[in-house]
Amino acid sequence: MLRSISRHHLSHPTRRIKRIAVSLALLCTAGFASAQNTPLLSGGVGFLSNTNKGNTTYSPIIEPLIAAPIGSHLLFESRATLTESFFPKGPGQPGYDHSHFVALTYLQGDYIAARHLTIVGGSFLTPFGTYNERLSPLWISNLQDGPLIAGLGSMATGTGLGGELRGSAISRQKYSIDYVAYFSARSGNEQFNSERSTGARVSLYLLDSRLEAGISYARLLQGVQEDFYGTHVWWEPKGTAFRLRSEFARGHHAEGYWIEADYRTQAFGGLDSWIGRIEPVFRMQQTFRRDTVASDSLPPVNTQRADFGLDYNLPHNTRILTSYSRQFSSTGNKNIWETGIVYRFLFPTWKGK
Amino acid sequence: MVSKHLLGLALSLSTVATQAQQLHTQKPLKIQPAKHQASSFHSEGERVFAQNCSRCHNAPEGFSQRIAGTIARHMRVRAQLSQHDEQELLRFLNP
Repeated sequence: MLRSISRHHLSHPTRRIKRIAVSLALLCTAGFASAQNTPLLSGGVGFLSNTNKGNTTYSPIIEPLIAAPIGSHLLFESRATLTESFFPKGPGQPGYDHSHFVALTYLQGDYIAARHLTIVGGSFLTPFGTYNERLSPLWISNLQDGPLIAGLGSMATGTGLGGELRGSAISRQKYSIDYVAYFSARSGNEQFNSERSTGARVSLYLLDSRLEAGISYARLLQGVQEDFYGTHVWWEPKGTAFRLRSEFARGHHAEGYWIEADYRTQAFGGLDSWIGRIEPVFRMQQTFRRDTVASDSLPPVNTQRADFGLDYNLPHNTRILTSYSRQFSSTGNKNIWETGIVYRFLFPTWKGK
Repeated sequence: MVSKHLLGLALSLSTVATQAQQLHTQKPLKIQPAKHQASSFHSEGERVFAQNCSRCHNAPEGFSQRIAGTIARHMRVRAQLSQHDEQELLRFLNP
């Protein structure tokens, strides 16, 4: 009797698990029925070094990204960062110490609600300016360091926990306008840390001149409530491999801008020639403090910085990034040398026909 | 503790390497960096690719056709493409 009761109790979870497995299999079959909608695993893996005031830090890093469509309207996506940093011990001490960092960058579900509207829920990158959403991935950025003003408007953590409405408002042959608006709740969770805030961004893209201009607004809704304003201008002249990107952001306590240009020549055998793979990069940036309350991540004093980069685009999605930066401020000038190699991967999550 | 993290990193790297090797055996789709080509486009999808995807990143050298739809949908969300542009992009990625 006891045995039969035990069997009876055991059989329920087993059947339940089987049912769940069958349901999941059916869901996967239905969701990924189309051969071109297999979930993908992408991201970057790299080895970076940074020499700042004579101290060199080495950082192996991996940033995986997963994107999985379900049905015809849903997409789940997430990105994470795993890195280990090796840095010199304090003054007078030989050898290296180390620290690690493992975190989800974002984890969101996207529901394509209409032709011009996507509803995003979960933990998402704060849509302020362009750097956080578009240029911060390891395999995209031309320089290892982000701009000094990257913390303005992105609400400290760079992520929000809540929802977004986004999409293409108008898309014509000559121009397009896209938009995004968000609301984020306050969260102290270790993986989904965010501040209560709201904001929006609108961008206009002129197809003929390859010019993009946009404005951003964000408001911190906790503690001392602050407003942030931003604008960005990108330009990529037609038929060239020249890119100019710039951003300005203004917060309650500080403001600043960055301008970045990069170029690849096609004059000596095209972009796949050994010369065409060379990519010089230059970024100029300045930050200005409006008061002495340093509640953002900007330097505590007015700062100017020039970054001179020289990247090399190897075959098979591999890039070598090198740069020299000179930073000027009243607290002292400094040189920053950075080198690194980054490989970008992109493949289906499972093997198929 | 350090060795555990290094082991984790090594495992991740080896997984990436293995998957990348598999990809090369799957006849990956080749995308030309259209942004850098002449101003005229062969298709609407090529224009969408050049003016939206390549605005931020270099074109990947190749990928399996089995993820073309996923890439197009991901780009629709990230680059805020319209439904029409997503469809044209998909047609370009997986003709």
